[in-house]
Amino acid sequence: MNWLASIGARALNVLAAWGRAAIFFIDLLAALPAGLRRPMLVIEQMHAIGNRSLLIILASGMAVGFVLALQLYNTLITFGAAESLGLVVNLSLVRELGPVVTALLFAGRAGTSLTAEIGLMKAGEQIAALELMALDPRQRVLAPRFIAGMLSMPLLAILFSAIGILGAWLVAVGLIGIDAGNFWSIQQNAVDVWRDVGNGVVKSAVFGVICTAVALYQGYETEATPEGVAYATTRTVVVSSLAVLGMDFLLTALMFSAPS
Amino acid sequence: MSKRNLETLVGLFVLLGLAALVFVALKAANLTSFSGGATYALTARFDNIGGLKSRAPVRSAGVVVGRVTSISLDPKTFQGVVHLEVQRSFEFPKDTSAKILTAGLLGDQYIGLEPGGDEKNLVAGDAIKQTQSAVVLENLISQFLFNKAADASSGDAAKKP
Repeated sequence: MNWLASIGARALNVLAAWGRAAIFFIDLLAALPAGLRRPMLVIEQMHAIGNRSLLIILASGMAVGFVLALQLYNTLITFGAAESLGLVVNLSLVRELGPVVTALLFAGRAGTSLTAEIGLMKAGEQIAALELMALDPRQRVLAPRFIAGMLSMPLLAILFSAIGILGAWLVAVGLIGIDAGNFWSIQQNAVDVWRDVGNGVVKSAVFGVICTAVALYQGYETEATPEGVAYATTRTVVVSSLAVLGMDFLLTALMFSAPS
Repeated sequence: MSKRNLETLVGLFVLLGLAALVFVALKAANLTSFSGGATYALTARFDNIGGLKSRAPVRSAGVVVGRVTSISLDPKTFQGVVHLEVQRSFEFPKDTSAKILTAGLLGDQYIGLEPGGDEKNLVAGDAIKQTQSAVVLENLISQFLFNKAADASSGDAAKKP
């Protein structure tokens, strides 16, 4: 009968974790207005989350643009369609790679530091101290970080796409010798601002909410020990990456599968 | 770091992000090519639309004058009904004909409008009467083979007597 009990205990644990996460998320949303009333805290967090992620996002975007252009050219040239290189790079960046790769990098760069910071605050009993001073740690600590993450992520994603397209332009026009006029005009003919760019921005906003909420939850729920913080940081990356990839499939199916 | 510096840096980050959005929208997407000018709707019926897709360009003399908004099938005549929107600044005579053409050998398909000589112009909601369907490669090849076979057999028939 032991094994039956262990299955039951596991199921209950999973259920309880989901419930805690849902309640945490609702509390976080409820604390948002209070966070907006402290703009200086939000700006500080935007600097920590957004500005400090800028370098890795721009470098990766540029690299992805370079490599996509080089690789796709080899395939496209066999169909005599090298001119549409810009279009293929543009659509794959704006629709998929921009939001998804940025979210994965964001989880690694900003999510982990959020988890570690809040986990250590908890381990150092700073959260408990705030509660003792009758300050709600959700409003004071979590909400500004959540808002900053939600605002930063779409900006970072569109920067990633833009720098990637510029990188592809450098390779395509500078290195390969595709005509610059064609490179841009084919994109302008086929890429729709609302359907492609707009949906990409919506995606990145959703991923921003997911990544930031997961990071904050893992930090807030961490066991207040060095191992606990290390474990929570790892879980932040794993859970937000999987959530982003799963959500991306759902959103893509919703946004782009409609027959045109 | 002083408060002022921090605010400036975050402001720079936000501006950079918005600049990227503007760049993608204007330079790498179609916000400029079709600047929201007033358009009017036309329809055209084709026996076969080939690979035409909605949002394909409508061109006249090679110049983009509008876009395909939607494509449907008429359940009675089994023809493809293509809905177009054409910029209001371009008016076409009533007897304008529409063709489905292909950009390059394997490129995207678009609708070409060839203006006729009628004195009256098409107005919103009108249907374009004269249309020419897309060329389907398989049909073209089978027609070619069929003609060849017909030629060969008639050649045999001529020899026999």
